[in-house]
Amino acid sequence: MATPYAAHDYDVVVIGAGGAGLRAAIEAAAQGARTALVCKSLLGKAHTVMAEGGAAAALGNVWPEDTWQVHFRDTMRGGKLLNNWRMVEIYTREAPDRVLELEEYGAVFDRTPAGLISQRDFGGHRYARLAHVGDRTGLEIIRTLQYKLIHMGVDVFMETTVTRLLTDAGRIAGAFGYRRDTGEFLVFRTKAVVLATGGFGKVWKYTSMSWESTGDGIALALDAGADLIDTEMVQFHPTGMVWPPGARGILVTEGVRGDGGVLRNSEGRRFMFDHIPEFFKEETAETEAEADRWYTDKKNRRPPELIPRDEVTRAIYAEVKAGRGSPHGGVFLDIATRRSPDYIRKRLPSMYHQFMELAGVDITREPMEVYPTCHYSMGGVRVDPETEAGTVPGLFAAGELAAGLHGANRLGGNSLTDILVFGRRAGLYAAQYARTAGGAAPAAEQIDDAAQDLLAPFAASGGESPYAIQADLQEVMQEHVGIYRDEAGMRAALTKIDALKIRARAVRAEGPREYNPGWHATRDLYSMLTVAEVVTRAALERRETRGGHSRTDYPQTDPEWGRVNVVVRKLRGELVLDRVPIPEMPAELRALLEVT
Amino acid sequence: MKAGDKVTLRVWRGTRAGGAFQEYEVEPAPGMVVLDALRQAQAAQAPDLAIRWNCKAGKCGSCSAEVNGRPVLTCMTRLEELPEEGPVTVAPMKTFPLIKDLVTDVSWNYAKAKEIPPFAPGPKDPDGKRRMYQEDVERIQEFRKCIECFLCQNVCHVIRDHPENKPAFSGPRFFIHLANLDMHPWDTADRTALIREQAGLGFCNITKCCSDVCPEKIHITDNGIIPLKERVVDNYYDPILWLWRKVTGRTK
Repeated sequence: MATPYAAHDYDVVVIGAGGAGLRAAIEAAAQGARTALVCKSLLGKAHTVMAEGGAAAALGNVWPEDTWQVHFRDTMRGGKLLNNWRMVEIYTREAPDRVLELEEYGAVFDRTPAGLISQRDFGGHRYARLAHVGDRTGLEIIRTLQYKLIHMGVDVFMETTVTRLLTDAGRIAGAFGYRRDTGEFLVFRTKAVVLATGGFGKVWKYTSMSWESTGDGIALALDAGADLIDTEMVQFHPTGMVWPPGARGILVTEGVRGDGGVLRNSEGRRFMFDHIPEFFKEETAETEAEADRWYTDKKNRRPPELIPRDEVTRAIYAEVKAGRGSPHGGVFLDIATRRSPDYIRKRLPSMYHQFMELAGVDITREPMEVYPTCHYSMGGVRVDPETEAGTVPGLFAAGELAAGLHGANRLGGNSLTDILVFGRRAGLYAAQYARTAGGAAPAAEQIDDAAQDLLAPFAASGGESPYAIQADLQEVMQEHVGIYRDEAGMRAALTKIDALKIRARAVRAEGPREYNPGWHATRDLYSMLTVAEVVTRAALERRETRGGHSRTDYPQTDPEWGRVNVVVRKLRGELVLDRVPIPEMPAELRALLEVT
Repeated sequence: MKAGDKVTLRVWRGTRAGGAFQEYEVEPAPGMVVLDALRQAQAAQAPDLAIRWNCKAGKCGSCSAEVNGRPVLTCMTRLEELPEEGPVTVAPMKTFPLIKDLVTDVSWNYAKAKEIPPFAPGPKDPDGKRRMYQEDVERIQEFRKCIECFLCQNVCHVIRDHPENKPAFSGPRFFIHLANLDMHPWDTADRTALIREQAGLGFCNITKCCSDVCPEKIHITDNGIIPLKERVVDNYYDPILWLWRKVTGRTK
């Protein structure tokens, strides 16, 4: 029996309303496309709001020496050269315009004395490059885009979850979902879908991400037949809170280190000097004195606390493992002895507030305790660098969900600009595609099947609630597919994931369909289990250590693995792995990498 | 709250049709916040308990509720701060129509946001750049810290006890948004009539309830509403002054 639903017709449907989704919807609407924006939360609450440090762009306002070429070099090296060079080129060339455009929309960044956008230091960036507003840059960007969007004639479907992309002869034909407040079903008939659902950190126990980051876009794209790449590359940000337990995983911005903070172990030593990898030796300071001069004079080499995140994460892991950790199992992040209380409160107001309110720690007087926390997924939907088109016609992806820009490891500050550059391009090319593509209509059977799937938990008898399965999955991934991985652990994880999938098949929802989080969680669980299997399978495949993928059984970086991306796709309901060669970089861009 | 003791939560359960407080026992942990406690009850005892939350770090402004009668973000309210005696009572925001349990329909706020004409910058400097100075933007940066938790709207007595005022009143959240636009050095739009009429600034009689509950500690009344009132009066009676401000970018 067909289930009732409300139908809507659009040219472009954007799924996800963080920075990438908002920017895509703004652009699609500007192109004249009838555009819908669908988001799981209220507008303006998406995970972008939590970004702290800033948006990287070679504006050259603080260091005129900075150019897109230096930004290109830094991003490629930070990504351990697994990046798609063309995406990095487009990105670093367009980044300044996208940041300046935000000012036209009303953003108010911190200023230089000359009245231009101020820029701050961050890990892996040669020059102070991040446009910022204190340590609440993400809030500034999402609010700016939100208030631009509401005057663009875009229809916004808040608190609405898309559960399936609908296809017609292998092309996108629509999307099926439900309103969280009423539980009613919706069908969007559209030729183009932009997926901008963000990351999937909720699959781990300790994460800096919000509840929404369940990887819905990964499941939607796979089920529609799209390729994913680089999904084994998961960034564990070096500094998350460790205490109190309820706050564990909450982000401590890299801006603390950019603004002068240092990492110390239980012996008080700045241990990062002991963990400088060969790859970054030439550009990293060897003494504390040299490191401290760098903040004001870039002729010195960078402090080791500011090498890319994957390296700092491995170092913290090693220090704690060697028994030199802090009382709650982290290390110390100290800015109190390095900068004045006024400076700290002015530059890092949210950090001051966060530690004071949640941990009772005054960061102007005491060190913070920090440990790595799951923060970002470099991998995701495989896209065309120019148009952000996925491998399924009509499907586009941008932001954290898309892969290629960041390679094996993302530099801080490169995400807030990523969402602007590629959000805009995805919206632009989705609108263009919708203008020229032939008609597509979703089959009634697909819609009915999607509806039945969603309702199944209400009919399950004797099943369990989704929360326990979710928690067990997070434990499995934290234990076996965390900062360090090995074959035995990941095989154990796959066995456990299989068992969780069986439990999930009988998962039960109780109560009405109106605003029922237990029911919503059954759907999140499907996405999370999909992500867990995808990441683990891809991580098993890549037998080396590189960027956000560290293996105890293959601790070396292998040049052969540097030539390929690991692909995951779904064929007849089963995940299939493949490898594709990374496109060859032109000589003139390769030459940029050699410059130190 | 003593370590080891169970905590009793009294949580509003119901819809617009009616409801009642229901009690849940939860296991406290060091540093636990009210949202943690609610989620524990949800996971173990009440899977369909409706809560709205996102970041759990005080940055998104989704989890607003009234805890022991005080409007707060539940993710930033530690159980240890609350009185040891008696249960912790959690009720939905009163000013907005209930959807279910702790979740309210806040769409009125989004409708009000749309009524405000957007930022309209003037021309760039002759060299193609735009400049503004830190000392000129410090005040509007304070307004831009707003996380849209709508707690200020919730406590504003102009609408809390008088829903009939909602069509002709925007509330403190949008007064500081208007102040942010009006005091932006590059903005050229004149929103004086809107501020006086549709936004209903005159309804506000400066009781500062909004400033008291702001989790971002924005001085909504002192730095936003009062200067806005003065400017509206000035602009209304002295359009030349308004024009001079817009042309020079001076806020004072």
